[in-house]
Amino acid sequence: MTTIAAFKEVCTGFMSLLTGMRITLGQFFKPIITVQYPRQTLKMPARFRGHIRLVLDPETGKSRCTACKLCERACPSTCIAVDGAKLEGQKTKSVTDYRLNFTNCSLCGACVEACPFDAIEFSKEYNVVAFTRDAFDKMDLVQLLAARREAWTQNRPPEAPPAQLAPTPAPPPAAAPSPAGQPQTPA
Amino acid sequence: MSAIVQNLLGPGWPWVRLLLYLAGIGAFVGANAAYLVLAERKIAGRIQRRPGPNEAGFGGWMQPFADVGKLFAKQMMIPPGTDRLLYCLAPLMVMAPPLICLTVIPYGENLVARNVDVGLLLVFSFGSINVMALMLAGWASRNKFAIISSARVVSQNVAYEIPMLLVVITLLMATGTLNLNEIVGQQGGWFWNWNFFRVWVNPLMPVTFVIFFICMLAETNRAPFDMAEAESELVAGAFTEYGGMGFGVFFMAEYANIVVGCSIATVLFFGGWQSPFVVLSGPVFGPLWFMVKLYALVFTVMWVRWTFPRTQFYNLLNLSWKILIPISLFTLLLTGAMMKLPLLLHHLF
Repeated sequence: MTTIAAFKEVCTGFMSLLTGMRITLGQFFKPIITVQYPRQTLKMPARFRGHIRLVLDPETGKSRCTACKLCERACPSTCIAVDGAKLEGQKTKSVTDYRLNFTNCSLCGACVEACPFDAIEFSKEYNVVAFTRDAFDKMDLVQLLAARREAWTQNRPPEAPPAQLAPTPAPPPAAAPSPAGQPQTPA
Repeated sequence: MSAIVQNLLGPGWPWVRLLLYLAGIGAFVGANAAYLVLAERKIAGRIQRRPGPNEAGFGGWMQPFADVGKLFAKQMMIPPGTDRLLYCLAPLMVMAPPLICLTVIPYGENLVARNVDVGLLLVFSFGSINVMALMLAGWASRNKFAIISSARVVSQNVAYEIPMLLVVITLLMATGTLNLNEIVGQQGGWFWNWNFFRVWVNPLMPVTFVIFFICMLAETNRAPFDMAEAESELVAGAFTEYGGMGFGVFFMAEYANIVVGCSIATVLFFGGWQSPFVVLSGPVFGPLWFMVKLYALVFTVMWVRWTFPRTQFYNLLNLSWKILIPISLFTLLLTGAMMKLPLLLHHLF
């Protein structure tokens, strides 16, 4: 009786080995699913949380931030420092300096929630690399916005120039808008 | 063709032939070792749904050159306290047996370096030296991982030599010769004349092949029986203290041994250079068929490696002593009975 049981066990064991081999062979003929990272990148999903950034208003090409400092107060890690000033001919203040201490940020999103003007959002940057610590604990969001504004000026239709950005008539043709997922070094 | 060259060279021909086969086998082993490593990595990649090495030139085809270049660039070090002679001798000893074994393998009807009458015996006797080389490498290294690996290699190979040889004896009873070319010659015609399908000689012929294949995996220390190397527990087993090309030679030998094992399986079970159909045979298609069968088996070896996890050591020994040896003994008895019973019945009645 035990001999028959042992024989059965050997047979079922061998069949299970064959099943395993059939599965791996099936996988062998299926297409590759890995992304060849530096050459291919994934598009980050809508809810991906990179470091926060100032929203570039597509109408004006400027930030919507009024330096109301609600985000500063909402931040549980006190990693936001906003400074604003009232510019000539404007009713509200505008942001002059927006510093993010990304080393303390937990990406909780309280600042994005708190903003009454939808002026900050999560970026889709995951390649945040720099040579100095200052690039992370004193992240200059206003400067990052300025960099994006240049791309915006080049891409925007030429028949609707905003009044504020008039003194840039000939944008350099070489500078192209940075594609999504390209490594970016914050200044 | 060879007859013309033979006439031209006269008495020098045997030496030229020797050199040609030496160079040919050397090149065959080298090319196999280089490109089977790449094939293994590519196959592993495909099985895991990734592309495998694809950076070094033409979608990864230059990867072996990059690997060998790296290995050559490394310093050969002999760690203090090692047995210098054995430490240096082990890579040579591990590489020599597969080279010798390949001299008796018939790649085509007339394409065999030495058509020895005891070819099969030669292959198995030299194949056993492989174990000793690994044992020496581990012993001479003065490293605890290497010593454990040596102990494992020896017990594993002792356990798996037995079913391997029993299976081969079963086959020899059917073939009646140790000459590999003659064994292939007997399997001519359609594919059902291959020993694998000869169920009228022994209804358990496919089982015999499976046992042979499992034993071959164990003898060449391939996963799932790669106890000797076991990189997750023993660093690199017997090769732990080797660096540079010394380490590379062990890998070359591993792949050369796989080629030898699969060649023997092809010759013994799948009709060597015989065409599976009567057509498309001859001096050109013969070696081609041999290569097709050989690499199909090599692919299976890699496929098995990337399917199954490593077995535990006592399971490995249990598999041999409790399953493979009884079954191979049974097939041996069955073959004997099936060969002799008709004679006995004829004698009685």
